[in-house]
Amino acid sequence: MANIQEKIAKLYPEATVEQADTLTITVDDAKWHALATTLRDDCAMDYLITIVGMDWKESLGCIYYLMSSKTNEIVSVRVSTTDRERPMLHSVADLWRVACLYEREVYDFYGIIFIGNPDMRRLFLNIDWKGFPLRKDYDEDPALNPVSIENERQTDLTDTWVEENGKVVKKEVEVFSPEDFVVNIGPQHPATHGVLRFRTAVDGEEIKKIDVYMGYIHRGVEKLCESLTYPQTLHYMDRLDYFSAHNYHHGLCLLFERAAGIEISRRAQVIRVMMDELSRIASHCLFIGTYCMDLGATTMLFYTLRVREQILDIMEKTCGARMTFNYDCIGGVMQDLDPDFVKDVHALLDVLPANIKEYNKIFTGNVIARHRMEGVGVLSKEDAISFAVTGPSGRASGWACDMRKLKPYSIYSELDFNEIIATEGDSMARFKVRMLEIEESAKILAQLVDNIPEGEYCVKVPKVLKIPAGSYFEIVEGCRGAFALYLESDGSTKPYRLKIAPPCLPLAGVVDHITRGTKIADLITIGGSLDYIVPDMDR
Amino acid sequence: MQDLSAITNWIHSFLSSFMPGWLTTTVECVLIGVGLLLAYSLLALFYIYYERKFCAAIQCRLGPNRVGPMGLLQSVADMFKILIKELIELKHIDRFLFALAPYLVIIASMLAFAVLPWGNGLQVIDFNIGIFFLIAVSSIGVLGILLAGWSSNNKFTLIGALRSGAQMVSYELSIGLSVLTMVCLAGTTSVGGIIEAQSDMWFIFKGHIPALIAFVIYMIAGTAETNRGPFDLPEAESELTAGYHTEYSGIHFGFFYLAEYLNLFVISGVAALLFFGGWMPFHVPGWESFNHIMDYIPSVIWFLGKAFVLSAIIMWFKWTYPRLRIDMLLSLEWKYLLPIGLFNLALMACIIVFNLHF
Repeated sequence: MANIQEKIAKLYPEATVEQADTLTITVDDAKWHALATTLRDDCAMDYLITIVGMDWKESLGCIYYLMSSKTNEIVSVRVSTTDRERPMLHSVADLWRVACLYEREVYDFYGIIFIGNPDMRRLFLNIDWKGFPLRKDYDEDPALNPVSIENERQTDLTDTWVEENGKVVKKEVEVFSPEDFVVNIGPQHPATHGVLRFRTAVDGEEIKKIDVYMGYIHRGVEKLCESLTYPQTLHYMDRLDYFSAHNYHHGLCLLFERAAGIEISRRAQVIRVMMDELSRIASHCLFIGTYCMDLGATTMLFYTLRVREQILDIMEKTCGARMTFNYDCIGGVMQDLDPDFVKDVHALLDVLPANIKEYNKIFTGNVIARHRMEGVGVLSKEDAISFAVTGPSGRASGWACDMRKLKPYSIYSELDFNEIIATEGDSMARFKVRMLEIEESAKILAQLVDNIPEGEYCVKVPKVLKIPAGSYFEIVEGCRGAFALYLESDGSTKPYRLKIAPPCLPLAGVVDHITRGTKIADLITIGGSLDYIVPDMDR
Repeated sequence: MQDLSAITNWIHSFLSSFMPGWLTTTVECVLIGVGLLLAYSLLALFYIYYERKFCAAIQCRLGPNRVGPMGLLQSVADMFKILIKELIELKHIDRFLFALAPYLVIIASMLAFAVLPWGNGLQVIDFNIGIFFLIAVSSIGVLGILLAGWSSNNKFTLIGALRSGAQMVSYELSIGLSVLTMVCLAGTTSVGGIIEAQSDMWFIFKGHIPALIAFVIYMIAGTAETNRGPFDLPEAESELTAGYHTEYSGIHFGFFYLAEYLNLFVISGVAALLFFGGWMPFHVPGWESFNHIMDYIPSVIWFLGKAFVLSAIIMWFKWTYPRLRIDMLLSLEWKYLLPIGLFNLALMACIIVFNLHF
């Protein structure tokens, strides 16, 4: 860390470097691109976790969270502009490929234009939306943006701003040319796993280009959170990636607890971790089932749902719900464990190995399945990092990106489990990594199930929770990848800004890159193997 | 073995006793038509129920069990629902071709019924090119699918139809080759003749190795011909929503749906005819009393039973295997099935020439 600090101070004397929650560098927009290049190339900051758009009232800006895939250090960079009429920053889309999507999101919510980004359309909101919702001076009058019964305006053109001779010029770029045969896959389509839309240019069966449209279930969670108290914001975490509900709750609770200085009991920690791992098994089981169904093997779904059902029964007994559990809370968990919990988890662990063996027997070794998955949608390690493809999909490309190992939170550092890493990077590897991760999660459960300590399940927290002013960052491992949270507090009972960086947004962003030149059927294979959840990317 | 032609002959002589010849023929044609339609719809209802129960058993479920005893009336309810559903009018389509397509598909599968050997003496027409006729009419179905995909003016249906075209044309070759192999063994293309040749032993035993190879090829290609999983690319649900019949509603969709099930029956019926003796009971040469007991089971039950068991195998494929990709599908046919089929035909010819069969 000191190394980076020194290097930056030497190369960019005008940049301020301070060690807060994370190492924070503040830099001028003019020097930003050069600094970004230095950070990526010399300091190995090759993973762009997220870009947090910010409105500090007197200025607009971005906070870039970067992580090194080699040293696991996290650095944040603040860049801002005081121009509220036509705010412009330099794009880093050429350095981190995922930045293209992240910058579109910032543009969508804050209206900041990124010079050099090849595609400056809105990401989630309608093409005709008036205003930028996350700005603090946004006019929420519903008359400005009435509910439309017209079809959304569709254009094959996009804008880009480029610098020419020191002046910034706007240019129009074609997304699809008129002679492209464009097939709409989605928003209502059985294989997009939700309302996601791929505009796919095909040549016969071959895919030439994919343009991803998102935002069909954008609910403005980040905006909503700004008007809710801290405990209230927790409830939205169930509704992002509904299969990682426990993990996301856990992440936000950790963030609030660290910020407010709350220590929770060992019992609550163990319960949280067990719930996380149970939902990971349930999530991966559902993945295997739906993925096989995407490939046409319908029967597998019923076999995997059997295990998932067992887990949901355990959850129901303890949390009272089979989905949107709303279980973790600030200070611990909502309810104590059900008396049957230990017995039920043992029953699950007993049937799991036989089930996994059965899945492998029916599907993994099948010659058709192997031909459909092996070598299809190969994602190299460099691309996985550049596109910020985390989770099992990133690990299938050889990138060790398990936040439980890299940034151990809760009691993960004491647990004995392996990080599953494959090197092939194809759909088969992504499938197998998940299959093996079920076994690792079962290993964690087996270590904990008989060692749940006595104690209180929830410590006393103040009725009205205030978090000291400042910025906080937390990253945890969801079922689909790294789930990052950024909180900026002004000392009140509500977050000034809560940024949620879900793993599924980059997963959808990489689809175009790895499907080019493959068949339509491969798009389904690849999309299924990435296992994105649409409410998670749309928020 | 009771000969059911006694009944048909009796009807014929009864009708001709008081009618002129031309009227007799007309009335008989109408009777046969009604009988076939009845058989067609009853079989369709049965197959829907059969498949749903069968796949439920594979998937550890119960399947339909609410409507009627053991859910027996479920498919009747389904059919009734499809009948009363609205036919949605679409803009910008080729109306005539759009309406024609489902009828072409269903006619193709109905025509095939004409030559199926339902029982001893129970066959609509037994003429010397029976098998050839069957292959010819079953090819009309692909025309209906192509028209459906083209006339719907939808990109999904178009891709589905083109896939279907490529698939059906390719796999027809393999079906033809395996049929030819068995025709060699029988020495005739007449359906009655083929069954007669199996009176002492079914072809699958008589022709041993080449017959077995032909059977495997026939089952794979037959599954592909019926557009069923793992060869259901033309309607690949997860890729093309519903493929070529995406835009159809109500009974027009029902026709495609029925035709798929009836094609399944036709394919397994022909497999029963070529490899398992059609309606011919299971005979073992030399076991006279055993053969005699077998003869007591009615021939209709023999034929339907064989067809249902063979259908179960095809259903089993669908509920087990993932779907193939278009290039895998074509390379399976052109690189594997077709050369093997050709080789197998030559092998069968050798076996017949050197009299190596049983």
